[in-house]
Amino acid sequence: MDFEYTAEENSFRNEVRDFLQQNLPPKPERGKGFVAAWLEKVREKGWVGFSWPTEYGGSNGGLIEQAILREEMALAKAPPLGTSFMGLAWVGPGIIQYGTDAQKKKFIPDILDSKVTWCTGYSEPNHGSDLASIQCKAIKEGDHYVVNGQKIWTSGAPWADWIILLVRTDFDVDVKHKGITCLLVPMNAPGLEVKPIENMAGDRHFAEVFFTDVKVPVENRLGEEGQGWMVTVSALANERSSIGEVTQMFDKLDTLKDLVRKTTKQGKPASEDPRVRRTLAMFEAKIAAMKYNGLRYLTKQIKGERLTSETSVNKLHRASLEIEMDDFAVELTGQAGLQLAGGDRAVDGGSWAKASLGWPNVVIGGGTPNIQRNIIAERILGQPKD
Amino acid sequence: MNFGFTEEQNMLREQVRRFMKEACAIPRVRELMSTDSAFDGELWKQISDLGWLGLVIPESYGGLGLKWVDLTVVLEETARGLSPLPLASQALASAAILRCGSADHKANWLPAMASGESICTIALYDEPNWISPDAITLTANAVDGGYEITGVKSFVPDALSAQHYLLAVRGPHGLALAAVTRDQVTVKAQPIMDRTKPAGSVSLDKVVIPADFLLPMTEEDLVYITDVGAVAVTAEMVGAAEAALSMTSEYAKERIQFGKPIGQYQGVKHRLADIYVDVESFKSLLYYAAWTVDDEPTELPRAISLAKGYASDAFARIGIDGVGLHGGIGFTAEYDIQLYLKRSKWARPMYGDSDYHLDRVASLGGL
Repeated sequence: MDFEYTAEENSFRNEVRDFLQQNLPPKPERGKGFVAAWLEKVREKGWVGFSWPTEYGGSNGGLIEQAILREEMALAKAPPLGTSFMGLAWVGPGIIQYGTDAQKKKFIPDILDSKVTWCTGYSEPNHGSDLASIQCKAIKEGDHYVVNGQKIWTSGAPWADWIILLVRTDFDVDVKHKGITCLLVPMNAPGLEVKPIENMAGDRHFAEVFFTDVKVPVENRLGEEGQGWMVTVSALANERSSIGEVTQMFDKLDTLKDLVRKTTKQGKPASEDPRVRRTLAMFEAKIAAMKYNGLRYLTKQIKGERLTSETSVNKLHRASLEIEMDDFAVELTGQAGLQLAGGDRAVDGGSWAKASLGWPNVVIGGGTPNIQRNIIAERILGQPKD
Repeated sequence: MNFGFTEEQNMLREQVRRFMKEACAIPRVRELMSTDSAFDGELWKQISDLGWLGLVIPESYGGLGLKWVDLTVVLEETARGLSPLPLASQALASAAILRCGSADHKANWLPAMASGESICTIALYDEPNWISPDAITLTANAVDGGYEITGVKSFVPDALSAQHYLLAVRGPHGLALAAVTRDQVTVKAQPIMDRTKPAGSVSLDKVVIPADFLLPMTEEDLVYITDVGAVAVTAEMVGAAEAALSMTSEYAKERIQFGKPIGQYQGVKHRLADIYVDVESFKSLLYYAAWTVDDEPTELPRAISLAKGYASDAFARIGIDGVGLHGGIGFTAEYDIQLYLKRSKWARPMYGDSDYHLDRVASLGGL
């Protein structure tokens, strides 16, 4: 056991730090062109799609270097390395793994250069967690598919340029995981309609997406017909080290401690209240557990062991912390904690209140906690499937 | 960066597992439980020969000179099978001697402890639920020829199998560890619900020890000994909790109700998943804490308080749910899961419960 880094790893960390020092001015000093310049610079560094093969514009970055890059970026509170979160997280890796040469040439550079953003068309009105039961259908007619159906809860759909879409191409199958196909569709395709849905926080970043006779050329199919489930599963399995998240959560914990220090409860400093102290300490214990779980799993990967579903452990912690930390802040500050931005007594600009309404983005988005529990119970503990 | 175990440590783990399976399986543990001391000299000899008693004792004092991470491997695995042997007590006593003893103490006492020839235990606090220097009230008074001690130390771990005791006392110059031997004291069993963790009271009636047998102990030393004690207990909690999970998980696969294995019901499988999350998590925290003991001692207090703060309550719930998920059979004396529930209750207050450790995390974190 050791937490030492090699000379090369340390010099990479220093390179990232130096870069951040030179290229990441404090927020108030960031001018209009900052984001565009930032994206260009990190792209030049090879840090966008850092782990992707060099032949596709990545840097073939190793596991530890990826973790270092994420950690340093999070420590510096740097903006994301690209504008398409989903493009970088799974669309790109999916295309690299299953795409044709033409698809790779067409889509990968635009993702890396932040020229296009992607959204993900998985969930349907009747099929969210039960993803393999999708009904949105595509019929092949000559050199294209005709898509009809509906997707819902599609995050980013109101502004995305492309959608990675799961459709059913075969209804006559013995197992529901078969007959699913993955298509790459431009959001401006005729017959495709986006209806944003307002969420409980008042934002409109997810939407219903309707498909009426939308024509998708066969060349936009990712993987073989009927292979869509495998494409999706391996794309979602593109698990990333959670070290960046952990850094952000420690940071949030510090902000929460600041709030506790300036808050009174029943006329006394909240920081002296045993339940307050204990709750914060338990948050810290869970975040630290995420950190050391992550390092343990990273070590396994470095040694060439395959991870099964261990990452669901950290996803469950993340989900509960995501809900509990903001909720705690709101409760701690009483009625003032209920005010959103603009409220005359709003706490920290209403940011806790706002966040306390935003958790489903994270908690439900990547598979609900109960799905994660199924995964752990079935794949790790060997319990029978539901 | 490598947050995993070496080949040697993996082999050590295998060795301990094999020993527990072949020499100290649950039927033998149950036999030992029926005695006050729960001690088995033959098994003690075997683990001495395997070198486990000298793991964290330097080679110059007859030990193997390894680290607390190695000891963690052994404690995790012996606790998986609920070993009642006083291994943790011996390790903790040797850690205290290494920390507070003089060169002579180390040279005189440690080799016999590494070889298993002498069995030593340590007891710190006189209050059953208070971790603080103020909770040490047993007093050593200066007399001709040394110090005199009268009083009782309660809940001394492994008191009946030990021959030597390090007892925390208030001496004329502050806190200290008094080294006394079995023939100077009266030892009485103090039965607790977990019979695999025997404790006893050690009574001293005008016992006089040579001046040299009072080892000065600063408050920092006391904190250190408490912290490594918590590392040892939490390591044992990891092994025992994993065993309880595996036992319950296997049962859930086999037990059929309403025509299905109960593990197919989400009420059962989700609880099992949550237990897995908890065990994985306090295990990771514990490994880090064990690493800090030798490699980053300034981080030990926070690291162990995170681990035991998490583990104490989590393991207690695992003990309860382990029995609960078994239903009626789990409630029987014959079935082993109940032994793990008792172990979880034992571990909860040892070297600080969740309230103590989480409050300390808050203080260390600036609250």
